[in-house]
Amino acid sequence: MTAGVTRRGLGFLGRAALVVAGLVALGLAWEGYKAWAPADGVSVGGVRLLPRTNDAAMPHLSAVWDVLQEEQVATTGAISFGPRPTVLHGLVEACGHTLGWAAMGLLIGLVVGALLAVLMDALSLAERALLPYVVLSQTVPLIALTPMLSRWGNGWGLLGWHWTKVTSVEVIAAYLAFFPVAVGLLRGLKSPSVVHRDYFTVTAAGWWRTLVLLRLPAAVRHLVPALRLAAAAAVVGTIVAEISIGQPGGIGMRILDYSQVTGNSAKLYAAVAGAAVLGLLAAAAVTVVDLALWRYHRAGASS
Amino acid sequence: MTAAVEITGASKTFTTRSGPVHALTDVDLTVGRGEFVSLIGPSGCGKSTLLRLIGDLLQPTTGTVLVNGKSARQARLDQDYGFAFQQAGLLDWRTVRSNVELPLQLHGVGRSARRARAEELLALVGLEDFGGHRPPQLSGGMQQRVAIARALAESPTLLLMDEPFGALDEMTRERMQGELVRIAGETGAAVVFVTHSIPEAVFLSHRVVVMSPRPGRITDVVEVPLGARTEDTREDPGFFAAVTAVREALRGRPAGDVGQRLKDVRSAL
Repeated sequence: MTAGVTRRGLGFLGRAALVVAGLVALGLAWEGYKAWAPADGVSVGGVRLLPRTNDAAMPHLSAVWDVLQEEQVATTGAISFGPRPTVLHGLVEACGHTLGWAAMGLLIGLVVGALLAVLMDALSLAERALLPYVVLSQTVPLIALTPMLSRWGNGWGLLGWHWTKVTSVEVIAAYLAFFPVAVGLLRGLKSPSVVHRDYFTVTAAGWWRTLVLLRLPAAVRHLVPALRLAAAAAVVGTIVAEISIGQPGGIGMRILDYSQVTGNSAKLYAAVAGAAVLGLLAAAAVTVVDLALWRYHRAGASS
Repeated sequence: MTAAVEITGASKTFTTRSGPVHALTDVDLTVGRGEFVSLIGPSGCGKSTLLRLIGDLLQPTTGTVLVNGKSARQARLDQDYGFAFQQAGLLDWRTVRSNVELPLQLHGVGRSARRARAEELLALVGLEDFGGHRPPQLSGGMQQRVAIARALAESPTLLLMDEPFGALDEMTRERMQGELVRIAGETGAAVVFVTHSIPEAVFLSHRVVVMSPRPGRITDVVEVPLGARTEDTREDPGFFAAVTAVREALRGRPAGDVGQRLKDVRSAL
C-alpha cells in the first residue's frame, strides 16, 4: 500500500516536472523565434507567412515579467489593493474574481447537468426529447446570448437576492459547463454491464439505490474527463461573458483594457498569461478530485 | 411444505424482427426443498431462460412460476433466493467484504450486523483473509467465491446459479464444485444450477434436467442416486454410469435408470 502511494507521488512529481519542462520549452521557442526571425516577419509576395517579431507584437518574456512589477494605473473597476498596487497585484485580484465566478458557474452547470443526465437516464422519453436540445444549446453563439441574458435577467429578484451582471456571467459559464457534464454523466450512468444491472434487479434494489450504489459510482470514470472539459469551459465562458456583458473587475475586462494600450503589448500578454493560469488551476482542481476518487477508476471492469 | 420451485406449463416466446422465437415451450419442473437440480443442454435450449424465469429477470409468456409458493416477483421482492451469474459481477470500487455486504446494505441491515455476517460468509468460502482486498486483486475462482458468498448473504432457501464456474480452469472448477456441495449441504438451500458440463451436473446434483433446443424444452430428467459427494465420487462407477446416462439423454436416447445401468456395468466387469 505504502509503495503504491509512493509510486503515485513520484508519478505526480514526474508529471509536474513535465509541465515545467513544457513551459520552459515554450519560452525558449518564443525567444528563439524572436531572435531568429526578422522584426517585420517573413513575407512572400505581400502575404505574411511568419508573424512579426517586433516588441509590439512579441515582447521579450523579460518585458512581460517587468511589467508585472510596474505600478498599476487606475483601470476600469480596479480596487485599491495596497498603498502601491502593482500590475501583478491587480492581475491576481482580477483572476481571483474570475475564478470565483467560474467556480459558481461550474457548480451550477454541474447541478443542472447532473439532474439532466439522471432524468435522461431514468426516462428514455426524456432522453429522446431533451438530448437534441442539449446538443443544440451549444451551437448558439455565446456572443449573441450574453446581451440577451443580461436584458432578461436584470431587475429580477427573489427574497432579497437580485440578478446582477455577475449572475449573468455565472449563468453563461454554467451554460457552457453543463453540457459535458450532462453528456458524460449520461454515458457513465448507462455504463454498468448487464451482469451488474441484473444483480441489482434480482436483489430488488430499487431505482434510487441502484443509482447511488451502482450507476453513479460506475459513472465516475466518464464524469472526470467531462469535469475537466466543464472546468475549462466555465473559465472560458466567464471571460467571454465578462467582456460581452461588460462586467468589470475580472481578468476578461483586464484583457480588454490592456489590449487597448498601444505600443506595449507586454501588459496584454501578462493578462493573457493570467487567464491561462486560471485554466491550469481549473484543470488542477479536477485532478485533485480525480485522485480523491481513485477507487472508482476501474469501475466495473472486472468480471 | 411448499416446493422451492414449482413451474407449470411455462413457455417463453421472444418477439424479434425475424419473427417469434420459442425459447421455452411447455416446461413443468418442481424443485424440492434442499434439492440440487442442474439444467443441462446445448446452447439455445433455454436453460438460462428457464433460470431467469425463476429469478423474475424474465416473465413467462404462458404458465406459472412459483418460488416458495409465491409468484416469482414476490419471491424476488422478499429476497427468497440468491443469484450467481457466470461473471462474478462484483463492484470493483468496493472491498471484497463490502461486496458481500452489498445485499444486506440494499435491504437496510445495520453496519455492525452486516460486517459480522460478511466475515462469517467469507470464512464459509475460505476467503477470511481477503476481506480488505479489492476484486481486481483476486483470481477468477476467488472472485466467483465472493459472488457465491454474496448470494448467500441473506440465507436464501434457494440459490440460482447460471454457469458460475464456466470461466474457470478445470482444477479450480472441481475444487469449487466440492465447496458448493458442502455449502449447499451446510445451508440446506435448494439449488438450480445451469451448466454445459456433464460431469459437473452429475457431481453436484440430485437430479439432472436435460433440455434440447428449437423449441427449448425438457426432454429427460436423470436421477443421480449417489450418496454424499466426496472427491472419490468422481472415480465411482456410479458416477460414470450417471455421466453416460446424461450423455445418452443429451443425444436424444432414453437415459433409463442409472441404478439399472450401474448393475449392468458391474456385471460386465
